[in-house]
Amino acid sequence: MKLLVTFSRKGGHEPVIARTVKETGVLINVERAHIDSHAGEVLIDVPAESAETVCRSMVGAGANVKVLEDAVVRDENECIDCGACISVCPQDVFFLDENWHLQLHVERCVLCGKCVVACPHNALSILE
Amino acid sequence: MQKSIGLINERIRDGNARVVSAEEMPDIVQELGEEGALEEVDVVTTGTFGAMCSSGAFFNFGHADPPIRMERIWLNDVEAYAGIASVDAYLGAASDSDTQGMEYGGAHVLEDLVAGSPVELRALSRGTDCYPRKTITTELYLEDMNHAIMCNPRNAFQRYAAATNTSERTLHTYMGTLLPHGGNISFSGAGSLSPLANDPHLRVIGSGVPIFLCGARGMVVGEGTQSSPGSGFGNLMTTGDLKEMSHDFLRAATFTGYGATLYVGVGIPLPVVDIGVVRSTAVRDEDISTPIVDYGVPRRDRPTVRTVTYQDLKSGFIEIGGEEIRTSSLSSFRKARDVAGELKRWIESGQMLLSMPTRTLDATRTVHPIRETAQAPRVKEIMEKNVVSIAEDEEIRTAAKNLLRGETNHLPVLNGEGKLVGIVTTYDISKAVVRPDSGPRVRDIMTRKVIKTSPDEPVDIAARKLEQHNISALPVVDDADRLLGMLTAIDLGKLFGGRWRR
Ligand code: SF4
Ligand code: SF4
Repeated sequence: MKLLVTFSRKGGHEPVIARTVKETGVLINVERAHIDSHAGEVLIDVPAESAETVCRSMVGAGANVKVLEDAVVRDENECIDCGACISVCPQDVFFLDENWHLQLHVERCVLCGKCVVACPHNALSILE
Repeated sequence: MQKSIGLINERIRDGNARVVSAEEMPDIVQELGEEGALEEVDVVTTGTFGAMCSSGAFFNFGHADPPIRMERIWLNDVEAYAGIASVDAYLGAASDSDTQGMEYGGAHVLEDLVAGSPVELRALSRGTDCYPRKTITTELYLEDMNHAIMCNPRNAFQRYAAATNTSERTLHTYMGTLLPHGGNISFSGAGSLSPLANDPHLRVIGSGVPIFLCGARGMVVGEGTQSSPGSGFGNLMTTGDLKEMSHDFLRAATFTGYGATLYVGVGIPLPVVDIGVVRSTAVRDEDISTPIVDYGVPRRDRPTVRTVTYQDLKSGFIEIGGEEIRTSSLSSFRKARDVAGELKRWIESGQMLLSMPTRTLDATRTVHPIRETAQAPRVKEIMEKNVVSIAEDEEIRTAAKNLLRGETNHLPVLNGEGKLVGIVTTYDISKAVVRPDSGPRVRDIMTRKVIKTSPDEPVDIAARKLEQHNISALPVVDDADRLLGMLTAIDLGKLFGGRWRR
C-alpha cells in the first residue's frame, strides 16, 4: 500500500522514516522523496497489513500520512482519449494504441501527480 | 465530369450513395485515380473533437409571474450575458463560476444540461412598470427551456499551431501543460480528418451547409470570428439545437491555470461534386504542416521552433536539436473518428441530405492583430536609472553601506567588466552577519541566479516575473548584461496605482 508522508522540519530534524522502521520493525520501501530545509514529502510502499501500524507511528512522530492508490487511476467515463497526459508523465505510463484508445502501463507509475494536473477532463486521480 | 448535388441527394434518398470518411479517401484516390474516385465516391465525411473555447448557447427561459426583465443572469453561479432581451441569455463556455472559479465554467453548465442534470437559474433586475419583479431563483432542466440553441463563434480550426516551452518553468496554458526546457510538445486538431483541411478553398463548406454538431444536426452559419483561411487558419461559426446534443460529443474541461473550455465534436459531410473536391479530400496528415511555437516567450509573435506535419505530431515524437521530444494531443482522434463515422451512418441511412453553401465564404481573408492606440508601457519608461551597485570583490561592509546610501533593499553586483553577475539584498547581509563563516566578499554571499528584465520588455511581463518569483525588484540589463537600471514594485505601483499590490 502506498502512503504519502509529509512532515515539517521546523521542530528539529526528527528522522521520521528511520524512527518508524525501528519502532515497528516494518520494512519500508521509499519510492520517491523530496526533502528540503523546511519540509519533507516521501512516498513509501508498505505491506497492506502493516499500513495501520506504520501510519500510527508516523503520525506519532508528527508527520501527516495520506493513503494513495497504488498507481494513477483513470475514470473511463471522463477520459476522452485525447492524450494530453502522455507527454507530461516522466515514467512513460500512457500511450495510445492503434485504435487511438489511451492505455496505461500502471506498474511504472510513481504517483508524482503531474498527469492529474494536466488532464483537462479531470479523469485521473491518485488519492484513494 | 461533374456531379450535381441533386444527383448526390437522390442517391442518398435511394440508399445508394457511396459515403467514405476523409481517412479512407486518399487511398481510394490513389487506387482509382481522380476521375475514378469522382465517379465512385459521393460524400466524404470529416470530423474533429477538441477544445473549442469560443462556444456557447442562447437560452430563452420563458416568462415568470410576476414577470421579470432579467438584467443579470447566472446559471449554477456562472454569469451569462443578459443584454439581449428580458428572459434570454448567452452563456459562453469559457466564463468561470463566481464560486468555484475555473474548475466549473459555462462549459460545465452546458455539459450538465445535456447530461440531463438541472441547473439553478438566478437573475436580478431593477424592476420596471411592465416587469415589476426584481429577483428570481429557479431550477431548470434542458427540456424546461423554450430554446437552447448552441451558437459557436469560432469552431473547427483548419489546423492549429503546436506548442512548446523553452523557458525554465512549467507553463499552464490553453495548450495544456508545457514542461520547461522544451520538455514536451502539445498540439490540437484532427489533421487530415479535420473538416476545413479537406476544403481549404471553401468550395463546398459555407453558410447553410448541414453539419454534425455535438451529436445534433447543425449548420454552418458562416465564417468564424478570427477566421484566416488566406493564411491556412480558417474556422467556422456553427449552430445546432442543444436539446438534440449528446454527452458523448460535448464535454466540459478545465485547463489548469487557464480556465474552462468546451470539447466540441464537429463533422461536415463534403459532397464530391467535381475533381476539385476529390483533390482536396485526398489530403493526408503529411500534407498538413503547422509551426511549433515557443510559449516560453510571453509575446504575441512567439518564435517558431520548427515546422512539422500532423503525421510527425501524431507519431508521438518530434526531433528538435538532436533530441526526441514527446508530443501530446489535446484533441481526441478516437472521437474525431467517431464523429466522421456517425455522420457516415446518418447519410447512408438517408437521415441527412447535403446542400451547397447558400453564401460562399472568402477563402483569401486574413486577420491582423488589434490596433493599439497606445503602446503597452515598457520597462525603460518607469525603471529607476540612478542605481547604486557594487563590485563582486568588495567587502560585505561596503555593500551594507551602499544599501543604506541608496535607500534600497537590492544591490546589483557587477564584475570587473561592468556586467551583472549577482544581486545582494539586506536579507543576505543580515544572514552574513549572523553566520560570519560565509566569507568576507560580496561574491561569497550574493545570489548568482538573477531574475532580470530588459528595457524594451512590456511592464506587464516584468510584473508577472516579480509575482511568480515572489521578489520585489528586477535589474534591467542590455543584451551584453550591462546594468541599465532597476525596476521595483514601487515603480509598478506608480504606474498601476492601486491595481498593483505586493
Ligand atoms: S489527458 Fe485525461 S482525458 Fe486525455 S487521455 Fe489522458 S486521462 Fe484521458
Ligand atoms: S502520477 Fe506521475 S508517474 Fe504516475 S502516471 Fe501520472 S505522471 Fe506518470
